[in-house]
Amino acid sequence: MAHPDGQEDTRNGSDVMKIPSGSSNPDKLERVRSPSPEGVRPPLPPRPNTLNLLSDESASFAALQSEATTAISRAEINTQTQEGANSAYSTLAARSLSKGPKAKASLSQLARSRATSDAGDSASIRSSVLPSGDIGDMDALFRDFVSSMPDPHSSAASLLHFAEFPGDYENDAQFLTEFDPVGEVDEDAGNEELVLGHWKQKQKHYLILSAAGKPIWTRHGDGGLISTYVGVIQTIISFYEDSEDHLRGFSAGDMRFVVVTRGPLHLVAISRMMESDNQLRLQLEALYMQILSTLTLPSLSHLFSVRPSTDLKRPLQGSETLLSSLADSFTRGSPSTLLSALECLKIRKQHRQSINNALLRTKDGNLLYGLVVAGGRLVSVVRPKKHSLHPGDLQLLFNMIFEADGVKAGGGESWIPVCLPGFNSNGYLYMYVSFLDLRDDVNESEDISKDESVAIVLISPNKESFFEMKEMRDAFVEGWPALFNASPKLGYLTITRLMSIYNNLHQGIHAKHTNVKVHYCVSRSASSFAWVTPIFEFYCVAEPNANRNALVQGASKITQWIHQEEERLFIVGGAVC
Amino acid sequence: MSESASGNAPKPSSSVKLVLLGEAAVGKSSLVLRFVNDDFQENKEPTIGAAFLTQKCSLPTRTIKFEIWDTAGQERFASLAPMYYRNAQAALVVYDVTKPSSLTKAKHWVAELQRQASPGIVIALVGNKLDLTNDGGDASSASPSAREPESAEGDEEGAGQEEGDAQDATPGDARKVSTREASTYAEEESLLFFETSAKTGTNVVDVFTAIANAIPESSLKTGKGPAAGQTGLGGRAADESRVNLGDRNTATAKEGCAC
Repeated sequence: MAHPDGQEDTRNGSDVMKIPSGSSNPDKLERVRSPSPEGVRPPLPPRPNTLNLLSDESASFAALQSEATTAISRAEINTQTQEGANSAYSTLAARSLSKGPKAKASLSQLARSRATSDAGDSASIRSSVLPSGDIGDMDALFRDFVSSMPDPHSSAASLLHFAEFPGDYENDAQFLTEFDPVGEVDEDAGNEELVLGHWKQKQKHYLILSAAGKPIWTRHGDGGLISTYVGVIQTIISFYEDSEDHLRGFSAGDMRFVVVTRGPLHLVAISRMMESDNQLRLQLEALYMQILSTLTLPSLSHLFSVRPSTDLKRPLQGSETLLSSLADSFTRGSPSTLLSALECLKIRKQHRQSINNALLRTKDGNLLYGLVVAGGRLVSVVRPKKHSLHPGDLQLLFNMIFEADGVKAGGGESWIPVCLPGFNSNGYLYMYVSFLDLRDDVNESEDISKDESVAIVLISPNKESFFEMKEMRDAFVEGWPALFNASPKLGYLTITRLMSIYNNLHQGIHAKHTNVKVHYCVSRSASSFAWVTPIFEFYCVAEPNANRNALVQGASKITQWIHQEEERLFIVGGAVC
Repeated sequence: MSESASGNAPKPSSSVKLVLLGEAAVGKSSLVLRFVNDDFQENKEPTIGAAFLTQKCSLPTRTIKFEIWDTAGQERFASLAPMYYRNAQAALVVYDVTKPSSLTKAKHWVAELQRQASPGIVIALVGNKLDLTNDGGDASSASPSAREPESAEGDEEGAGQEEGDAQDATPGDARKVSTREASTYAEEESLLFFETSAKTGTNVVDVFTAIANAIPESSLKTGKGPAAGQTGLGGRAADESRVNLGDRNTATAKEGCAC
């Protein structure tokens, strides 16, 4: 998420997370979309609607398949007028917004600006605001929220108390060891109890095993150490399968177990961190996508159809670190995964355009996608007209490039076969990665941190096109403008607690069978609310005794600001080549 | 390091495409990083795909610019290897002196290179992780530590396995592949042979220098335009403005031509 002001301090302020969301009526959207000078706008990335994704597992998989990117016929695609990668993550002190305009005003302004918008390819909030009927509904709904303040049990705004991931000191200290290795068992197994003790203390576990019961990957502890536990889980899963039932999850003490079965694989998440089943399922889904990204779907299926007892560890060798770093980012709390969104770097619109143009100017015929990524945030995308990038795919790429060390530690330019399962799970694309060192005073001994590093990522379907991609990169870098300054990051602990609150909000507002637009939530440690419109989702966390009226006003101010700054904060559509 | 541009007189400079092959976790990337950056990282994450690096090596009469393809050792990447060794003038086939199976794998790579790569390719067999043996980082003392029976050396494949089982290393010595076994094999196959430690740096630059010296003058293209050097096209790219990895010897390479 872009950091608009670069000053994060969640203790004193409220935290706001906004993403655009797909709207529900393609026909209406077609009408409001203005013609662009470059012709019809290509379908935007099919950011999986989290709700649909979760309510039907088979659908979720289908939704991530390749047809989605090219689909012109699928109704859902047209609804995705927002670049799925868009999201903002900003901080704002709610208390300082004492005299903000009412929500009603902000929404009607959105509607007004839609009417006068001349934006074409680059429009988003403006061009995709629903016709006035829906706006009216939203308006009424939000007004209802404001006027219903004295009544905490309003129909639109629900006041609920959730269990939260505890934020006391002991847990903080414990959480710091969450990512430490559990240790190795001695040759004489003398310390097995100790190592198992470490293993049991982890807040979160992920296991992947084959349907035949072979452990494939575990986040903590090796197969030997925990084989009995894997055996128990395997037994439980197959017990249900034998009776042609399907085990989705269960609880044991304060542990929640969630099981996802994909083809020949069982993926299991075990969490003490108060996440919902749906959220855990999304995380498992992403781990499965990482496996597909390594192997491709046909080769995964082939391996198991030839030999059901295949040991997948071997073919996956070397990619364990990718799974582990993905798992760790889920455990730390990943807004991107929760919202199926991506962070964009906040830069001036002209700067983004000049980067886009530089990419387009130097574009090679073998290029499919070109990305510029700074500090894990998307700066610029070049894509073919008919294809978008799935946030899920981008997340796998970002994880590989920035979180896992395999690429960066290589020390040179990389050429990596990678399957982007959202784009096409049947084959590999080839990815050129080069890190730029943009620092002025270069001290070569210092490693560039994730936040400082800028990567150029060029993806081609042609596995022989490394040198074409390299040439393109060299030409691109020649006229490189110095644009980036990294934003400070929040620490683990703050993020984790904050994410727990966001998780609750997300869970509440997207709960099945609810049709809530605004969801307000008070707990001992925070008051928070979520606001969902067809265009965006807005999440806000403030002090427990924060004034609700002020929060609403703050929200409306922020929406206005985001609307104003939209093309700095978001990548709207990207550059089309 | 040998890369320093010693002397002011311009020496002829030429590019050499070099590929590293070998089992996973034998230290291919570490060798390259030692050679290119004079750096070493413990517990380096496995390479994904392949990394491309360049480093100059200065010889008395000329400068060699290595264009290095550091490939991932995992089996699933093996099918991509032809793309990297095609047109390569040199190959480093690396094994781990503490792991006999890695020498077996190295022999497979050598066989594949002899079958499929450019006929004149210079191959160096490199036993890495010398720091884990009693020979330590001192290469001069890297003498055969095994009591390997001479008779076993007739069968390379068997020798690797047998050695690993038979050898009782002295305490603190993790060596499982004797110098003699590997060097005998290298001699039979006309390979350059070195034992190295990327960790201590022992013999690393020597390997690359030896390769640079072994590349026949005739196979070097000098007098490349400055532009060609800058854009870093493949070693043989001088004649074509745009070059695929497989611009040459497509007949001998299984992967077929590009585009």
